[in-house]
Amino acid sequence: MLRMRSTRSGIALPGALWKKLSLLTALFLSASLSAQMPIDMADQFRTDGKIRVVIAVIAIIFIGLIVYMIRLDKRLRNLEKDHSQT
Amino acid sequence: MRGSWWKLGSALLVLYALTAGLILEVPRLVVLNETIRNLFYHVGMWFSMLALFLGSIIYSVKYLRNPLQSFDEKAESAAKVGFFMGLLGLFTGMLWAKFTWGTYWTNDPKLNGTAVSLLAYLAYFVLRSSMEDPMKKGRIAAVYNIFSFVIMIVFIQVLPRLTDSLHPGNGGNPAFGQYDLDNNMRLVFYPAMIGWIGLSYWIWDIRTRIQVLKRQAENTDLELEA
Repeated sequence: MLRMRSTRSGIALPGALWKKLSLLTALFLSASLSAQMPIDMADQFRTDGKIRVVIAVIAIIFIGLIVYMIRLDKRLRNLEKDHSQT
Repeated sequence: MRGSWWKLGSALLVLYALTAGLILEVPRLVVLNETIRNLFYHVGMWFSMLALFLGSIIYSVKYLRNPLQSFDEKAESAAKVGFFMGLLGLFTGMLWAKFTWGTYWTNDPKLNGTAVSLLAYLAYFVLRSSMEDPMKKGRIAAVYNIFSFVIMIVFIQVLPRLTDSLHPGNGGNPAFGQYDLDNNMRLVFYPAMIGWIGLSYWIWDIRTRIQVLKRQAENTDLELEA
């Protein structure tokens, strides 16, 4: 059977959801305490993990896609021009 | 590319979000860890969806006041691109949820509300395709579009704030800016949102223009037949 607990707003919630909510509350409370707690971040990855290479790859792919979009836009414009002439 | 500076501008803003968003220092938060960076990408999908649905309803209202076919075409393509952005937001959100809340889907009011709203827009597309006469189709679709926009706002923006939601800013959870959006992140977050909206408007623009060309081609076919 689901264990029901009431929240601040007086709504009964199943235990599992309550657990998640309290986890999230703890998350935000602990944000202020985070100075004392070690929190895993991709520090190592960032210092010697060559992350900048990955970012460069993402940037090149995105620029390529945008250039392609611009060319498509131009082709569409030419079609529109042709159509308005006929 | 005159008159299209905003397309390039928004592309540059997204490029900035993709690069600076990964390099920049972000606050150290438990559970979220590096995934807080998803704020630059996942949330952008929702901003784009809202902006497109807003564009769609504006053109629907314009169509009701003045039934020009091009208004209806704009409203339709905005809803279609917005729906697509919503799906992207939903899928990226599910992935994010798996690694932070522990599951792909919870009965969070924001999640269920989004699903309902997207279904309301799906019904808009079905309604459109069920009618032949363009005048009738345009008018009924425009009225329904207003309805689905209201449904969407209520389910995504209002109800989650009244009940408990896992999303920031809802049900007593702090909103962005109080804890998880520090000044450093703001430098990327706001340009990123403008960039994503601009990029999705570009797609909207292309979709509409194709639609107009298609109609013109059909009209000339009819003239040739006659």
